[in-house]
Amino acid sequence: MRHVYIIGTGATPVGEHWDRSPASLAIEALTGALGTIPASRIGALYVASALSGALHTQSQMAALIATAAGIPGVEAVTVEAGGASGGVALRQACLAVAAGAVDLAMVVGVEKVTDVLDARREAALALATDVDWEAIHGVTLTAFWALLMRRYMHEYGYTADDFAPFPVNAHANGVANPRAMYRFAITAEKVRSAPMVAEPLGLLDCSTAADGAAAVLIASEGLAHELCATPVRIAGSATATDTLALHSRPDPLWFPAAAYSAAAALRTARLTHSDVQVFDVTDPHGIAAALALESSGFAERGTAVALAREGAITPKGRLPLATGGGCKARGDVVGASGVYQIVELVAQLRGQAGAAQVNGARVALAQCMGGIGATVATHILTLE
Amino acid sequence: MDLAKHWRLRHARYRLEGQRNRLTGEVRFPPAPPLPGETEETWEPYILKGRGRVYSFSVVRQPPEGFEDQPPYLVALVRLDEGPLVTAQLTDCDPDQVAIDMPVEMVTRRLRALGPTGLIVYGYKFRPIVS
Repeated sequence: MRHVYIIGTGATPVGEHWDRSPASLAIEALTGALGTIPASRIGALYVASALSGALHTQSQMAALIATAAGIPGVEAVTVEAGGASGGVALRQACLAVAAGAVDLAMVVGVEKVTDVLDARREAALALATDVDWEAIHGVTLTAFWALLMRRYMHEYGYTADDFAPFPVNAHANGVANPRAMYRFAITAEKVRSAPMVAEPLGLLDCSTAADGAAAVLIASEGLAHELCATPVRIAGSATATDTLALHSRPDPLWFPAAAYSAAAALRTARLTHSDVQVFDVTDPHGIAAALALESSGFAERGTAVALAREGAITPKGRLPLATGGGCKARGDVVGASGVYQIVELVAQLRGQAGAAQVNGARVALAQCMGGIGATVATHILTLE
Repeated sequence: MDLAKHWRLRHARYRLEGQRNRLTGEVRFPPAPPLPGETEETWEPYILKGRGRVYSFSVVRQPPEGFEDQPPYLVALVRLDEGPLVTAQLTDCDPDQVAIDMPVEMVTRRLRALGPTGLIVYGYKFRPIVS
């Protein structure tokens, strides 16, 4: 298998883009990722979108975006894996380039969620759960995270206030991300006093679903060094799945798909856990980040919240997390989130992350999750 | 609207009918098709008693479409006495009366209505056991 590199990134600001179509957002991101490279050189296009079908926007997003990019005829595939769509699409692009099928592949994540009212959006998001045995009971994704948070608190002796460092860190980092939806800091006190969304989850420990598109251009080794001065290598790439329904797992507080994909990605990269210097995971709530870090082997079970409280997840800590603002401050772009993660981590490795920069970062891990751990994609990025 | 989709699950939804493995005695809920290599005989229908304890619970205040008339409502993961964990609403109680490990029992209630001309979907919820 050939080595695979990222040679370009692009993204729109995350927010409520009522005046923009999905194609318009996607093309802005794709154009940014191309830079001076003509679109006609793209050998394959992978489009990640979780909700475009469910919200009746459009199916066959890949053909739509290929046409909008002026390259109809190109091989183009739409990838849907809930919140993991972006990472799974990136995985497909890596496989295509590594196998030698194409030399240049474009990954575009695009989500348009603000065209509908809240109840319809909640129902569309809940399609990532098991609809026959979970969603039919009116349980939302947020409510599932709340169920896990309460159980975690019960098992390990935490209070809801102990989770505040996650949104506080996300907002502090979001200030430095020009594309983040919320570019202001919040205090733990403010998190504590926010109204409840789904007990014990309060409003300021809940991400906001928003519109946006992000793109990354993937190249083979030879082309990467020809076209880009600072290519970032995708040294590890893996996806894994699990039961859709949380209640079907032996231990709801452990995500086997996160464990498996993180271990497989590190193994391919020939790196160990201690080599990773900066992280981004699917973190719509603090509990989601905590369980992702623990399942992936970066914190002992029951300790991720304590580590966050001690400052480990800030850019100066041992496990810098959500340096682009995460789902909470960047905004939760659902199927596109996994591509935004890559855009933000490439900026980290190139030393362009401003106040959220992790000093000397050369190895980054991006992990995105569909539903409550039913699909997980993990990628390891390295600067050579 | 969506009639067959709900009708085919009626045994599980109305009387908590899961499955028991004829070889190992393992009980599972919800029922599932046989795995490759298993036959229709591997798992037999098995009605669960409908008693268990709250594993965790929350309150939905921002409902999905179809549940707009219900908030705030209690949702839970319930550990059934036979072993399986099940997702359902809690009913006949207020949030401040619920705690992890509280004993609960199954009741049949209206889950949701599928629009003004659609089906009313019934199924299991759980309530505190009144001793």
